Amino acid sequence: MADTPKPTPRVRMPATAKAGEIIEVKTLISHEMESGQRKDSAGATVPRKIIKEFTASFNGKQILKADWHPAISANPYQSFFVRVPETGTFTFSWLDDDGSVYKAEQKVTVG
Amino acid sequence: MQMPQQPKKLMLSRRTALGTLAAITVLPLAASAAPEQVIAEIKKLYGDKKAVEGKIKIDLPTIAENGLVVPLNFEVESPMTETDYVKAVHFFAEGNPNPQVANFQFTPMCPKASAAIRIRLASTQRIVAVAEMSNGDLYTAAREVKVTIGGCGG
Repeated sequence: MADTPKPTPRVRMPATAKAGEIIEVKTLISHEMESGQRKDSAGATVPRKIIKEFTASFNGKQILKADWHPAISANPYQSFFVRVPETGTFTFSWLDDDGSVYKAEQKVTVG
Repeated sequence: MQMPQQPKKLMLSRRTALGTLAAITVLPLAASAAPEQVIAEIKKLYGDKKAVEGKIKIDLPTIAENGLVVPLNFEVESPMTETDYVKAVHFFAEGNPNPQVANFQFTPMCPKASAAIRIRLASTQRIVAVAEMSNGDLYTAAREVKVTIGGCGG
């Protein structure tokens, strides 16, 4: 599917926090999450193409990893909670079936 | 594993398909993951280890009008410290073509073992969760969801 636009990740979380504060992170990425179950108009199965893995890290250290299967809805959303120990950068990455990796970053300042 | 209610032909194709996802997608649309398959998946992960009911709070609508987008929210009771935390949470669907839904690997850096996602459900069915604690204990919980319009292509 060469004509589908490149998935765009979106992350919503505060840019500042108190040391040790617990904050909620909301993530969303545009992706069709083709389940491999659908048939096209000619009756042929549309091949599976999903984002299979999501990871969240803080200053390079992994905090959470999720494996997604075809039962995850299109434009996958995931929210979760993190603790902000110090000023640093959260990185989020999504791994596609085709090997592409989509990334997003958010710096959080402890003030 | 015995699947007595399945016709013989389907049983054979399922047996050969085990393990390869590519082969699983070849299965007819009508084939769904039945409770036995969910049990088999859990067995693959944890063998014969017993899971105790409790500790997992699953938030799902009782009735989902659109099976394509069903909000799922969960939290596993745990202090989430270096020595006592939730290692993994797995979700399975008994009525989807593929029993696996998602799994989450948490670390002590997570303040709580909680997340929210949106899932596809093919039909009215039970969602089963299994949580693995850092000491190896297993907990389980299940929720029934009534689905008005299935979310499985077609």
